[in-house]
Amino acid sequence: MSDHPFHDPLIIAGHEFRSRLWVGTGKYKDFEETRKAIEASGADVVTVAVRRVNITDKNSENLLDYIDPKKYTILPNTAGCYTVEDAVRYARLARAAGISDLVKLEVIGDERTLFPDTAGLIEAAKILIAEGFIVLPYTNDDPIVAKKLMDIGCPAVMPLAAPIGSGLGIRNPYNLKIIMETVKVPVIVDAGVGTASDAALAMEYGADAVLMNTAIAGAKDPIMMATAMRYAVDAGRLAFKAGRIPRKLYATASSPIEGML
Amino acid sequence: MVFRALLIHKQDSLSSIMHIIVNGESQERGHPLTVTSLLESLDLHSERVAVEVNLKILNRADFTTWDLQEGDKVEIISFIGGGAPQQRN
Repeated sequence: MSDHPFHDPLIIAGHEFRSRLWVGTGKYKDFEETRKAIEASGADVVTVAVRRVNITDKNSENLLDYIDPKKYTILPNTAGCYTVEDAVRYARLARAAGISDLVKLEVIGDERTLFPDTAGLIEAAKILIAEGFIVLPYTNDDPIVAKKLMDIGCPAVMPLAAPIGSGLGIRNPYNLKIIMETVKVPVIVDAGVGTASDAALAMEYGADAVLMNTAIAGAKDPIMMATAMRYAVDAGRLAFKAGRIPRKLYATASSPIEGML
Repeated sequence: MVFRALLIHKQDSLSSIMHIIVNGESQERGHPLTVTSLLESLDLHSERVAVEVNLKILNRADFTTWDLQEGDKVEIISFIGGGAPQQRN
């Protein structure tokens, strides 16, 4: 809190988060770079994937040796799952391996776009919510699906800005705005951010948080980009709360006319 | 090498050999073998992993008493870097 310009926590299902920038842990050069980038981002939520342990290499290191679960909220995802059955299985394994009931639910519909299979997503979310999971669903920028996810009990929705890892930025700001006006739960823009201005824009539109991975991990200097994203998310959030001026076609003088010679 | 030594020792004490599949890999092991012993032999911390036997997820509290049987399919999973899809090679 002391290192934050303002106290504005994000609260989801009783969990309080200081930072509105959430980050993934994939695609980094090594765990040390992962650790440094996450530290620079100021994030307190980090996403992780669920995979088989490497049993042949006993010296393989564990991500959690670098990302302290006491310091960060570990948010397991179901990345790579293409069916309801797989997503549910991975979520259950994540809960068994982990610390909490939180899961970032992904049911992927297509390998090329990695767009979510929203019908499968809703089905999987229902199963997991009934089992007591706190389901944060990775969804399309579709306001109707977002509302359905809220209605079945998701305490936040995570619509994409653009395809995962594409760096295209916010492709449909109007749909995202409609989602923000439609649902009464936090909206976390997830995936597709390319650079700092994309993150700032998402926050200016009124997103409650932004989740990204590739934009930071894939940058030439991931640690510097993580810092840029941290400022961008804070700047966008502050600008949103401060309230921007209306757009006008013509100039409005900012210096008084009175007193001129 | 370590497994073989373990097996010979186990055979001496009237135990038998069984085959189990661990993370997709067929392994010859001495029976009896608990999940805890399996994890220890792999140098894995039980608090960092989840274990599934024949698609059933085990409670961590049961690791010490769960006896693995011939033909069991064991999956040991943990958290890895993610949040973006893995690059295809």
